Amino acid sequence: MSSGNIIEVEHLSRTFRIGELTVPALRDVSLEIERGDFVAIMGPSGSGKSTLMNILGCLDKPTSGSYRLDGISVEEMDRDQLAEVRNREIGFVFQQFNLLARTSAIGNVELPLLYTSELVPDPRGRALQALASVGLAERADHHPNQLSGGQQQRVAIARALVNNPQLILADEPTGALDSRTSIEIMAIFQHLNRLQGITTIIVTHEPDIAAYANRNIYFKDGRIVRDERIARPQDADYELMEFAHADAI
Amino acid sequence: MNARKIVASMKIALQALRINKMRSALTMLGIIIGVAAVIAMVAVGSGAEVRIKEQIASIGSNLIIVLSGSVTSSGIRMGTGNAQTLTEEDARSIIRECDSAAMAAPAVRGGVQTVFGNNNWGTQVLGTTPDYLPIRDLEIEKGQLFTNSDVESAAKVALLGKTVIDNLFYGENPVGQIIRIKTVPFTVIGTLVPKGQSPTGQDQDDVILMPISTAKKKVIGTSQANYAAVGSIMVQAREGRTYDVQDQMRSLLRQRHHLQANEDDDFTIRNMEEVFKAQETSARVMSILLAAIASVSLIVGGIGIMNIMLVSVSERTKEIGLRQAVGAKTRDILSQFLVEAVTLSIVGGAIGIALGIGASVLISYFAQWSTVVSPGSIVVAFLFSALVGIFFGFYPARKAAYMDPIEALHYE
Repeated sequence: MSSGNIIEVEHLSRTFRIGELTVPALRDVSLEIERGDFVAIMGPSGSGKSTLMNILGCLDKPTSGSYRLDGISVEEMDRDQLAEVRNREIGFVFQQFNLLARTSAIGNVELPLLYTSELVPDPRGRALQALASVGLAERADHHPNQLSGGQQQRVAIARALVNNPQLILADEPTGALDSRTSIEIMAIFQHLNRLQGITTIIVTHEPDIAAYANRNIYFKDGRIVRDERIARPQDADYELMEFAHADAI
Repeated sequence: MNARKIVASMKIALQALRINKMRSALTMLGIIIGVAAVIAMVAVGSGAEVRIKEQIASIGSNLIIVLSGSVTSSGIRMGTGNAQTLTEEDARSIIRECDSAAMAAPAVRGGVQTVFGNNNWGTQVLGTTPDYLPIRDLEIEKGQLFTNSDVESAAKVALLGKTVIDNLFYGENPVGQIIRIKTVPFTVIGTLVPKGQSPTGQDQDDVILMPISTAKKKVIGTSQANYAAVGSIMVQAREGRTYDVQDQMRSLLRQRHHLQANEDDDFTIRNMEEVFKAQETSARVMSILLAAIASVSLIVGGIGIMNIMLVSVSERTKEIGLRQAVGAKTRDILSQFLVEAVTLSIVGGAIGIALGIGASVLISYFAQWSTVVSPGSIVVAFLFSALVGIFFGFYPARKAAYMDPIEALHYE
């Protein structure tokens, strides 16, 4: 299962009812995403990109059309089955990090393991390993308010990784961070994508951030208006080296 | 739901409660007061019940009293016991003829004035036979009981109750002293163990016991017409035969008194246990009533829990959304909040039980009421408080569990 499409969306529509009005958020979207790809979804607010992310993340269901995640049709699933799919297959990263404030970094990372259907033998060890993979092993016992924004987002990424998901969905992951920290976060996503082959989809409205992805999809008015492959994506590691070089001078 | 998840829910719940210590404490207060009130009220109620039971036991077990009946004399109906239709021979025949009667003692009563030294005291003389003491469950404290030969010889000996002793002797040892009863000198041969109040509130210790013959000849006097008449006969039924003995005595006494089938009884048989059972029942009703009133406060406490859980759920909407996003199922969220509510109510219940026990100790100390905290009421109070937590925690927990994850995640 190392090749093929992890996401297959066909004729997907999603409409919302606001009082008497029916507002279409997605109109007949068809989309395939290859396993191991790194995709940035762009578009102005209200373009439907967040709605698509919610559906891809199994948080929402389409009004019509089909969605297959990793070969499984999810549109017929109930709440708890969707929860299980999210737990097993998907790691979420949010703009506002969404860490539990009163819980230590490692406690936050452990959270998804609390809800797995099978018993996890050493949850603490797994969480520590995930924290180490984002370079925060030594901050395991810190609380979110003792960490910088970039560090908090790395804890959130570790939380997304802890269940070894097939897919990482990041909604504006750098929206609350300065540009250098943003690049650090993008470097982590690039490492995970290249070294572990985790399919990564990020929603962003910043072209600078989208430039780190292999494929950019543009949304407008609920439709895909542009879908392009990036021949040579930006390399976050290289940029960070440049920063370090500049600092040295 | 496995043990690991339950432990996890409990950890989360305890953490949440620790964060809002003040709020948790105030929420618990409702349950604490409710449970404490139930425990204390039930303790007061069952204390009253126990006391009535003790009082019933104090008049003697399996006690049946036969009273001389009322007769109509020249159209004037006299009260019960005024016409002395019973005789000492009736008492003896009851023992002879009724196999369900264990003992029988005839008794005559009369009010007298007694004198010892400079003190005098108005009290009641009860003339009877030695069997009276075991029938009424009376015991000798000091000295000794009069004998059957004392009864035959009408010896001037007396046994004194505690109230009489207190009012005549002021701490002196009465045994062996001579007192005057209606000017007749009597030797005090013993004292009675105090019995306290009867179920009807009479002082059972304000009494002087003496042989029935002495009482009739020297103290109370008898009617010329019927020297052998007595006011009442105390009968102790054999165990479990209190109803048989009533029937047997009725037919025996009717026969002995030559009553025709169409004539009414000229005596009254009273089963004292039955009389006081009614009081016991009313005490139990009071106890149930008190507990019911107290449990209203427990329900109010439960509503407090529901209120605070609803606040807690809406405060933690974003957290709930996150948990759902990372894979928490409906029942995971449900159990998390349910455990939180039940923890509040159980901890409150435990504190309430301790407080309730303390309150009943204080009540019995200051109000001089006997209180009984039964293990049963503790268990029931504890289970009830857990139930209150589940019942009132369910709605908020369900509300949390069925939140829309997208809305919850974006809740500000």
